[in-house]
Amino acid sequence: MSDGASGDDRRSAIEIDGVTVELGGNRVLDSVSASVPEGRFVGLVGPNGAGKTTLLRAIHGAVGPDAGEVRVAGDPIADLSSKEASRRIAVVPQDTGLAFDFPVEEVVAMGRNPYKSRFSGPSDAGREHVEAAMERTEVARFADRPITAVSGGERQRVLLARALAQDAPALLLDEPTASLDINHQVRTLELVRELVDDDGKTVIAAIHDLNLAAHYCDELLLLADGGIRASGDPATVLSERHLEAAFDTRAVVSRHPVTGSTYVTALPERPDRPAGRVHVVGGGGTVSRLLYVLSAAGYEVSVGALNEGDSDLETARSLGVEAVTEEPFAPVGEAARREVEDRIRAADATVLADVEVGAGNLANLRAAREADEVVVVEERPFAERNFAGSEAAALYESLSERGRVVGPDELLSAVAAAVERSDPVGRVDAE
Amino acid sequence: MRWGARAAWWSAGLVAALIGVVVVSAAVGPVSLDYVVVGKVLVNALAVPAGVALDEHTLRLAGAALSIPVPAVEFRSAFDFAVPETARTIVMTLRLPRIALGATVGFALATAGVVMQGFFRNPMADPSIIGVSSGAAVGAVATIALPFAVPFGLPTAAFLGAVVAAFGVYLLGTEDGRTPVATLLLAGVAVQTFLGAIVSFLLLHAGESLERAVYWLMGHLHLASWDDVTLTLPVAVIGFAVLFAYARDLNVLLLGEEDAHALGVEVERTKRLLLAVASVVTGAAVAVSGIIGFVGLVVPHVMRLLVGPDHRVLLPTSALAGATFLVATDTVARSGAAEIPVGIVTAFLGAPFFLYLLRTREVHAL
Repeated sequence: MSDGASGDDRRSAIEIDGVTVELGGNRVLDSVSASVPEGRFVGLVGPNGAGKTTLLRAIHGAVGPDAGEVRVAGDPIADLSSKEASRRIAVVPQDTGLAFDFPVEEVVAMGRNPYKSRFSGPSDAGREHVEAAMERTEVARFADRPITAVSGGERQRVLLARALAQDAPALLLDEPTASLDINHQVRTLELVRELVDDDGKTVIAAIHDLNLAAHYCDELLLLADGGIRASGDPATVLSERHLEAAFDTRAVVSRHPVTGSTYVTALPERPDRPAGRVHVVGGGGTVSRLLYVLSAAGYEVSVGALNEGDSDLETARSLGVEAVTEEPFAPVGEAARREVEDRIRAADATVLADVEVGAGNLANLRAAREADEVVVVEERPFAERNFAGSEAAALYESLSERGRVVGPDELLSAVAAAVERSDPVGRVDAE
Repeated sequence: MRWGARAAWWSAGLVAALIGVVVVSAAVGPVSLDYVVVGKVLVNALAVPAGVALDEHTLRLAGAALSIPVPAVEFRSAFDFAVPETARTIVMTLRLPRIALGATVGFALATAGVVMQGFFRNPMADPSIIGVSSGAAVGAVATIALPFAVPFGLPTAAFLGAVVAAFGVYLLGTEDGRTPVATLLLAGVAVQTFLGAIVSFLLLHAGESLERAVYWLMGHLHLASWDDVTLTLPVAVIGFAVLFAYARDLNVLLLGEEDAHALGVEVERTKRLLLAVASVVTGAAVAVSGIIGFVGLVVPHVMRLLVGPDHRVLLPTSALAGATFLVATDTVARSGAAEIPVGIVTAFLGAPFFLYLLRTREVHAL
């Protein structure tokens, strides 16, 4: 551990202050600011070409920013000598085209370069750092092999060992798991986690696998188009909206059933032929996510009835989901109810969200009786959100019996099964 | 400690080989000498410091005369074996200057070759890659063809040509304070071609001096004198010492410039220094010997196969091997019925070997 400023807020290990980088006339980073506290593991996520590598290069001073500055332990990196900078930040590069066959051990020992004087003769100084780094990264057993003769995954670990031998408080990793199999991905990130927890290192790692990033990092920085689109704890950063904006793809975010980490599943582009028609009943913010997930999964979705001004209606419009609407704050009227019934009859499945039911929207529940297949999403018991008395309770009861009651994360599989049951022939035709 | 011991053992072996080649070379020629006699002559020539005397130097500063004692080392021959005077003359005034110059030039070219290959991260690079040789050629051929137009002696003109060409290539390859290796390489090729055209033009107008000019271009040691050695040797040795001090930086630079930066190397500054020193060392060699190809390419390459890529071992061993190789090839060059320029011999042996490497070893891209 470093000199513990116990009790105080964590000090900033690395401050990125309005960094703008232009390469070949392209603005790769546009006024990026972020602060990385000591002893945190920060993941840099974002699509290819977002500027992750450039940001890492700017942090350790390999590229000079056109505007702004990076401060490491309080000092602008541009003012530090290469030697001083490399005693504060070690870098694990993405891949190094090593054309000359140094033994692995020699490559690791190069991590001691920042501590050597030009005129020092051969010496064993720093030997223990090299040994320890090789032990920790499990490269000791092939220490004598030429670096050109080890596999991509082994080479990655050699570079990590080199960075550990460098003994710097901060560590930058550029796609440390890119060329590794799943076992080594996990082992590498476990090791990095350990370096943060036990050795108090500060780590910034560009990680392309969002789920690994979410699982291992304390914080994420979402970078897209040269700017930070979101930052904070993984659950906040990896929202469906952020991901769609940054990656231009549809994804579903849930909790991983085993690890409990935020878990991202990317969905394919919406198919030309809809996977089926689904009507969603809800409102008051209960269906936004359902609409998103269903339309992302390729269903032709409708929703309603919703009052004008409902936040769910905004979501529906932004997603291009058809909505049955009613006047602001008005109860669902006759015309709207008939339209909802038409929609429900035309749909392959109807989804009833975890919505509060009162006199105003009871008509939606009545209309749901028209459905062939019902999926009831239940997060709270109905009794807690029933403000419309026994009729509503009876309606809910019968819908629950006819359909299937699921939690939010089982929605897609339940809807797929319901659509399948409602139109098995159509599904076979589609094969 | 391991690299230190390896460097020491290899260097010791190569010094022994160099001494052996020197003795053989000094014995070979129109008059064949006995190796033992040659050995005695060489040992007699060894001077050891015999003592230190203090000379009084008077310095006049602002009217006041200061007497400053300056230490002067006295050398004395340590041995005095009886040898025939003719043998001594042949070895000391005819053969040894040429051998010493060959060793110096080989030492310099191989040193610069190692640095260039490391610098360009390409085992196929050599010192001429940044225009040093073509620059020297322009200087030398201009002096030969248009002596009235060039105010310097030939070695000076060649040396200046070499350094100016390298500096020009460096400027052309640099943008915003950075010198990407690939740009530098391309600038080097363009400048070499351009300077080659100038040399051809000068040759066209060389008239009677054409033969001399062509002979110079082929690379030669037959005009060697002790003066050449005293000019070139200090440059080669000091240049080597500086480059050797940067051996570890060269190792780290092999990982790539960005990695080198992350490992505490001031990349651009180091590159400038390596380029400048390697150019001066090459220029000093080319100025006295003309363009001797392949020593700077093949010798470092072979040594890398033998001792590995670590510059702390590679640099001294290549330098010594370069010296040994050039003395040996020059002995071959002058031992035939008619003497041929040593550049022809090195290229004749070097080019097939280069092709052998090309076909049998993986050739690495830039």
